[in-house]
Amino acid sequence: MKDIKVLGPGCARCTTTAEMVQKEADKLGIPVKVEKVTDYAAIAGYGIASTPGIVIDGKVVHAGGLPKSEDLARWLAA
Amino acid sequence: MSLGSITEHAPGASPSTAKWIGGTIAALILWSLIYSQLVPFAEWVVALTPVDPKSHLGEAISFFAYDTPKVLMLLTLVVFGMGVVRSFFSPEKTRALLAGKHEGVGNVLAASLGIVTPFCSCSAVPLFIGFISAGVPLGVTFSFLISAPMVNEVALGLLFGLVGWKVALTYLGFGLAVAIVSGWVIGRLHLEHWLEEWVRNIRSSAVELPPEELSAVDRIKAGIDAVHEIVGKVWPWVIAGIATGAFIHGYVPSDLLVLIMGRDAWWSVPAAVVIGIPMYSNAAGIIPVVEALITKGAALGTVLAFMMAVIALSLPEMIILRKVLTIRLIAVFVGVVGTGILAVGFLFNALF
Repeated sequence: MKDIKVLGPGCARCTTTAEMVQKEADKLGIPVKVEKVTDYAAIAGYGIASTPGIVIDGKVVHAGGLPKSEDLARWLAA
Repeated sequence: MSLGSITEHAPGASPSTAKWIGGTIAALILWSLIYSQLVPFAEWVVALTPVDPKSHLGEAISFFAYDTPKVLMLLTLVVFGMGVVRSFFSPEKTRALLAGKHEGVGNVLAASLGIVTPFCSCSAVPLFIGFISAGVPLGVTFSFLISAPMVNEVALGLLFGLVGWKVALTYLGFGLAVAIVSGWVIGRLHLEHWLEEWVRNIRSSAVELPPEELSAVDRIKAGIDAVHEIVGKVWPWVIAGIATGAFIHGYVPSDLLVLIMGRDAWWSVPAAVVIGIPMYSNAAGIIPVVEALITKGAALGTVLAFMMAVIALSLPEMIILRKVLTIRLIAVFVGVVGTGILAVGFLFNALF
């Protein structure tokens, strides 16, 4: 089970990003637990400067804007 | 990360890359063909109506029929170009460039990077905290936060297209100056203790993101995405702005505007700033109004000050920033930036 956190204060793009992650994981058959982190202090703790951010098993892989689905697949498979 | 996915992303002249670039060039040619036909198009639209082209209504209709496609087309082109440019930048890269920079140089760099770094007001708070906690000085962070919304591609592109390159360059220069000087002043005031307490307590190190491999096609796609997102969002504002502009063109008498917003009315600059600060519009909505005001004889400095106040300072932005700044710091921010804009208005009216 991969632990995935989507960092963002609850903007439309952050919600879309969380949905994209879940969909891509389902497609690849990778079990994931997607959690949204909306608290500003918690987001800042990950050291990013733009949202939405994606953290997979504690590692920040993406910050700012919607991810590309081929990138998502690559990150999830890694 | 598998090797296969890297080679897929490697930039190179594959057949699909050629297709994308060819398609982009074809689209640009089509764009200029349509653009060159806008004047006959507007005349044709007015001729369709039973209205006398020289009447108030005729002038308003012709302004609207010409400016709507013109502004939307220019906006699309500029946003596409800027989307491609911005794919080379990110807030994280900008932060790495700014961290540890001294005030002065840092303010200039921050204001300049504010133009090309992708920035959305919804991410202003994470950006602010991300910059401060990684050691970017407060004043330098403010220079970025002032410049990013004010000196943007939408404002510059539309000013260039509607009012001319001189005004666009002036706006660029004065906008950067306001961002640099205001940020520098806020830095000199040493107001770090006026940040909200939880912000001061965050100590995080800037994260190292895995490098992104973007091909030429990815950058073209970034431009198209930007068009979808920005033009898709601001077009109602543009149309509302052009309708207001059309009304001013057709109905507001020049004498009245010269009296209220002409260069002899010294009080019009502070009035424009005070009215503009709480107003919220974006560049796309305000510039058609600006064009109409200028052609009706309003002083350029007054109009520029109004425009900067509307775009750079707004109530929604202050409410967002309230999460990280105390009321006192927001007051200083508005005061310093407002004074800077005021100075621009007076200076410009005096010089030109």
